[in-house]
Amino acid sequence: MSNTQNFETSDSGGANQVAEFEQNNSLVARIQHALHETPSLVPMVVLFASIAIFGMLLGGKFFSPFALTLILQQVAIVGIVGAAQSLVILTAGIDLSVGAIMVLSSVIMGQFTFRYGMPVELAVLCGLAIGSGVGFINGWLIAYIKLPPFIVTLGMWQIALATNFLYSANETIRAQDIAKNAPLLHFFGEKIKIGGAIFTFGVIFMVVLVLFLAYVLRQTAWGRHVYAVGDDPEAAELSGVNVKRTLISVYMLAGLICAFAGWAMIGRIGSVSPTSGQLANIESITAVVIGGISLFGGRGSIVGSLFGALIVGVFTLGLRLLGADAQWTFLLIGALIIAAVAVDQWIRKVSV
Amino acid sequence: MEPILKGRNLVKRYGKVTALDHCDFDLMPGEILAVIGDNGAGKSTLIKAVSGAVKPDEGEVFLEGKKVNFHSPIDARNEGIETVYQTLAMSPALSIADNMFMGREIRKPGFRGKILRQLDRATMEKMARDKLTELGLMTIQNINQAVETLSGGQRQGVAVARAAAFGSKVIILDEPTAALGVKESRKVLELIQGLKSRGIPIILISHNMPHVFELADRIHVHRLGKRLCVIDPKDYTMSDAVAFMTGAKEAPEAA
Repeated sequence: MSNTQNFETSDSGGANQVAEFEQNNSLVARIQHALHETPSLVPMVVLFASIAIFGMLLGGKFFSPFALTLILQQVAIVGIVGAAQSLVILTAGIDLSVGAIMVLSSVIMGQFTFRYGMPVELAVLCGLAIGSGVGFINGWLIAYIKLPPFIVTLGMWQIALATNFLYSANETIRAQDIAKNAPLLHFFGEKIKIGGAIFTFGVIFMVVLVLFLAYVLRQTAWGRHVYAVGDDPEAAELSGVNVKRTLISVYMLAGLICAFAGWAMIGRIGSVSPTSGQLANIESITAVVIGGISLFGGRGSIVGSLFGALIVGVFTLGLRLLGADAQWTFLLIGALIIAAVAVDQWIRKVSV
Repeated sequence: MEPILKGRNLVKRYGKVTALDHCDFDLMPGEILAVIGDNGAGKSTLIKAVSGAVKPDEGEVFLEGKKVNFHSPIDARNEGIETVYQTLAMSPALSIADNMFMGREIRKPGFRGKILRQLDRATMEKMARDKLTELGLMTIQNINQAVETLSGGQRQGVAVARAAAFGSKVIILDEPTAALGVKESRKVLELIQGLKSRGIPIILISHNMPHVFELADRIHVHRLGKRLCVIDPKDYTMSDAVAFMTGAKEAPEAA
């Protein structure tokens, strides 16, 4: 110590509050901080603002229980698939196979019932199991073989979709047959009417699913691990998180949720069709991004993705009722996507 | 006196490179042992070998005289050896409390914890706050603040607090001041001295000779994959230490 030069004494005159917090109280900084804490605020504001604007433009035609619950029915499938996509994107991954898993599962549920005469309950369980199984393969390839999620799920998209066409022989199961012989497949299409409002079981399932996942992500260790893995996998591993197991469980759960979406889709469109749900990939990613979940992982809330899906639904129905060309919907959604990612980049700049 | 953490004859090869060449290592109870060595001397491999991040090809590690076989840092952690990595190993978007308990969360008692798997946030936040207060870091007001909103020194402080909260036997600090400015370094050095006064032995890996000479009770000089010598900072100058580790000067025999 005696031979240590005292070069630091020259610092002693300076201010000494290194480890203290300077609270930046300017309005912009506070907004940025609030968004950092609650990233779903932006989509929530956009959602309510767009409902208000379309309500003012269209009046009772839009602002009715019927129209508003119609939006819910229209976004139910995307909302459910978006929940699966959110989980995956929170781990800094992406799942391009969600739509294919959904269609494959719905075809399995239908064909197992009608081709093999299986009890419909068992066929549904098989569909759910196969959805989870495909998700497991995705997760295993990503966690253990260390392949990029984009590539794995791009391949799985093609594999699952081709399997779906080969297995179903491109054959649609008609709605009347399902209604007569296997009404359980239409379960998520059942309706509850409250006044003019119509809630399908699919809509209720979507809301309950999102609330359940929000609880799990926020209140359980597994949920915290999902965020940690998406944020920085090496740091998570060193902190004692089983990164591989977390990744596999996320992709499996995503597969299971997509299989539920496949079941809900039978209820929505009535028939089992191997060509349905082709846009689910892009629509789910759109909902997630507009919902303020960062594509870089570890940030955002699953409730945001529900808001994102609803925003798309509000724009679609609102613009249609206004008699606008459907391309205006795509144009506005495109602008929203870019704006949402710009906001995400800005929020992430709070780090000093 | 029996070393609390002891390595004997440790060998680790990476292909043709021998990172550890029959290396010994001793950490005495209650001391701060600095490990210095030039880049590539194998000091980080040595630390990884005693903390479970690397499995040595040969040799043995003893904790409190008992032979241990760590397969991962988590094994070492369960035995009370905590490492503060140079990268800090924290999730920037998560809160201070989340980070401190990452991988060892506390669940609520009873039904809500066992069946609903609900985390006991209140308890974890209280423990995190208590630990930070104890270490004099409670200028951090909001325990739910994301780690990325903290300054470099504060992050280091949180990482050290996490180690101190759980590290019952040994704390390893890898380059704790490398990324920090002068003032922040000073804070962290005080923090390390605070830890020492609690009697927890510390391994300090650093390139910063003034910091090493200020803190260390003994200095382990690492060169070419083995322990060249252990010197007392009171008997040697910083230039001596640098000369030993670069090979410019013959090491003293009494290692």
